Amino acid sequence: MTWRGADFFPHDLKFPFSKWMPFCVIGSLVLNALSLGLAVTRGINFSIDFKGGSLIEIHNKTGVADVAALRAKLGALGVGTPQIQAFDDGSNVLIRLEQQPGGDTAQNAAIDKVKGALGDTVEYRRADSVGPTVSGEITQTAFYAVAASLVAISAYVWFRFEWQFALGASLALVHDVLMTVGLFALTQLEFDNNCIAALLTIVGYSINDTVVVSDRIRENLRKYKKMLLPELIDMSINTTLSRTVLTAGTVILVLTAFVLLGGSVTRSFIIAMLFGIFTGTYSSIFIASPVLEWLGVKRDWSGAAAATTAGNKAGTSTKSA
Amino acid sequence: MLHFERWKIWSIVAVCLFGLLAGLPNVLGSNFLNDRWPSFLPHSKISLGLDLRGGSYLVLQANIEKLKQNWFDSLINDSRKALREAKIPYTGLGKNADGVRFRVSKPEDAAKGLEVANKLRRPISMLLGGTGAADLDIKTEDSGNLILIAPTPEALSQRIRGAMDAAMEVVRRRIDALGTTEPSIARQGTDRMVVQVPGFDDPTKLIDIIGKTAALSFHAVDESMSPDAATSNGVPPGSRIYPTEKQELERNPGLPKDYLLKLVPEVEGNELIGAQAEFDQNGRPAVGFRFNTNGAIKFGNYTSANVGHPFAIVLDDKVITAPNIISAIRGGSGIITGNFSTEEATNLAIQLRSGALPTDLSVINQRTVGPSLGADSILAGTRSALVGAAAVAAFMMYAYGLFGLFSVIALAINIMLLFGCMSLLGQTLTLPGIAGIALTMGMAVDSNVLIYERIREELRGGKSAIAAIEQGFQRALATVIDSHITTLVAGLIMFALGEGPIRGFAVSLSIGIVISVFTAYTVTRLFVAMWVARQRAVTRNIVVPV
Repeated sequence: MTWRGADFFPHDLKFPFSKWMPFCVIGSLVLNALSLGLAVTRGINFSIDFKGGSLIEIHNKTGVADVAALRAKLGALGVGTPQIQAFDDGSNVLIRLEQQPGGDTAQNAAIDKVKGALGDTVEYRRADSVGPTVSGEITQTAFYAVAASLVAISAYVWFRFEWQFALGASLALVHDVLMTVGLFALTQLEFDNNCIAALLTIVGYSINDTVVVSDRIRENLRKYKKMLLPELIDMSINTTLSRTVLTAGTVILVLTAFVLLGGSVTRSFIIAMLFGIFTGTYSSIFIASPVLEWLGVKRDWSGAAAATTAGNKAGTSTKSA
Repeated sequence: MLHFERWKIWSIVAVCLFGLLAGLPNVLGSNFLNDRWPSFLPHSKISLGLDLRGGSYLVLQANIEKLKQNWFDSLINDSRKALREAKIPYTGLGKNADGVRFRVSKPEDAAKGLEVANKLRRPISMLLGGTGAADLDIKTEDSGNLILIAPTPEALSQRIRGAMDAAMEVVRRRIDALGTTEPSIARQGTDRMVVQVPGFDDPTKLIDIIGKTAALSFHAVDESMSPDAATSNGVPPGSRIYPTEKQELERNPGLPKDYLLKLVPEVEGNELIGAQAEFDQNGRPAVGFRFNTNGAIKFGNYTSANVGHPFAIVLDDKVITAPNIISAIRGGSGIITGNFSTEEATNLAIQLRSGALPTDLSVINQRTVGPSLGADSILAGTRSALVGAAAVAAFMMYAYGLFGLFSVIALAINIMLLFGCMSLLGQTLTLPGIAGIALTMGMAVDSNVLIYERIREELRGGKSAIAAIEQGFQRALATVIDSHITTLVAGLIMFALGEGPIRGFAVSLSIGIVISVFTAYTVTRLFVAMWVARQRAVTRNIVVPV
């Protein structure tokens, strides 16, 4: 008796992805524009890693903290207006001080003042201070990291597939990054150094997904040389759908465990990754593939390209409206 | 695809076993590890990052500009002295952004002025990897009347490196005095250092301690009695017992463990203006040092009156070396010879400089994690990872039956190998690193999902069990590799550009992904192959579990 698994995912799905693509592409463009707009107008809640300043997390030994009293006490210290936020059960408090004038060393002085004012009445869970020099570097490094990974990955996809795939993949990645930025702008979740790692992971996961779909498309291009491109792409996506959903599902399982049990330090980082799984999966289907359809791609990978490309273009009925 | 030669099977087993052994030091107690764990097996453990252990993390920036200015100031002093001795009238002796300049008042002195400047040059120490070239660039302008003295870039960077070495030595010494466990002090770039002190969450105190300048002094040795006699009978007035520095004792076990020295130093540390590792006239490593004018006079007087006797160099109340005076040293420059290795000479020079070289260090970044948050983070991270792992395992077994079980076992081996690798490489585990491990689990499973879904497809297409399984593994391989490489690219970039926690995440993700190609693909394939072989022997009609 073999222990059999449950093959619960329906087969022979024939979702007409190509029909939905124009709407989705337009929808994505709108959402991306919105994300950018939000990021510019409402701004992103950058942590001290990027803004500079200080962050102190305290645990009030006597129970729920009196935030108003804290605010008054710390406001009088001459370190600017502290931003105070209680979380968890109310006894843990986050105190944020903006960047103090006076360069790098002034940040420590601010923390010392706060510690002096609060003394032993609280337990100091963590204290971070970042001066302007380092925060500037973190910002720059973050930007380079994201840009470098986009370039490197696109290059690899170009090397393994055709340029149309690489273009589609790059646009999909850009879409994912923009959407994640929009998420942070919308929810005002704190964007810290870890969130850059989350962004890069999202890039990694999204390209993973895109490569799987592209791989199947490439295989089918060779196998079904006469099939119209939209139909072929639809078939490729439908047949890989079970894998896509199942894998996304397992990763979501793991990340959800972290969201629920992982504590506050990594929360925004994990939430970003969770969101990224969804956009990553979405972008492989509704961004990378439409680009492929629109650009057309050769069927016969031994070189007789010209004749078939015309056939593809005629078959693409889903050029954007 | 389903046939594994004997040797391949054994190699796979060997790799897994090695991973297990590499990871074991993390769970064995230190007593067992030190005494009974064979020495040919790996010993290194994973270290916990500060965000899990609690502690302080500081980034200190050295004031390079001030270093340059100090050098220029001493060049100005030396120039002034030399010009006066050579009786050359001069004007405009001063410094600008690049160096020192002066102008000879009488054009006929131009050549002599140039000679004076040339004499100020010193070779860049070859022991620190320098080329032995001169450290100053001397140029003239205005038909030789204006003399410009500027440090060469090589000399400047070597001086910065020397200052950083000295500063790091001071910091290390200070922190050791706190008695904390395993502090780490590492250079970052050319002019910064990163100090991590686990378990110590008072950064203000840490900064205070680091900021104090080291106290260096030169003492006469009191030879009226041995240090042991002084300890039992009482120290003679005007003298004091100084213990020998621990590292020095480790380097030279033959040294006495303490010395009896005169209390008042003959020369103060701040009168030492330089020390560097050199070669003596026999070509052996030695330490050359220089005093300023006052120090030179005092030192000259002392050494000429005490030839053949030892004198001691004391740093932070500990004796770092006690050489014998071979001859009077009047010029202010001396050389300490002994059985120094190159490394020892360099270290001694650093220690001498760490008393003499004031390098301003400012804290540009600090992070402190209190012990309770550290413990909470470990708990939360471990709990999430375990729950996540359990959920994934349950799902895989539900969806893929027996093959799902195979993939779960492969996943367990994956994690074990991951820990093994991280131990061997001495990597640090951070909280994002735990998340990286969890993510690796999700993505390792992806490979299996790819393979199994492909097998299902082939079965639906009408292939026989064995053919379907073979095709599944075959077709999936290219996709597995492609998708892993792309994620790896992201991981490597994070590793290259990130620091601290991000690097921890990148490490566990990257290593995990590389290992997962092996475990999720090859190890699973092995299990399936073994199962198929067993099934073939038993029945003609194999039922594939997926």
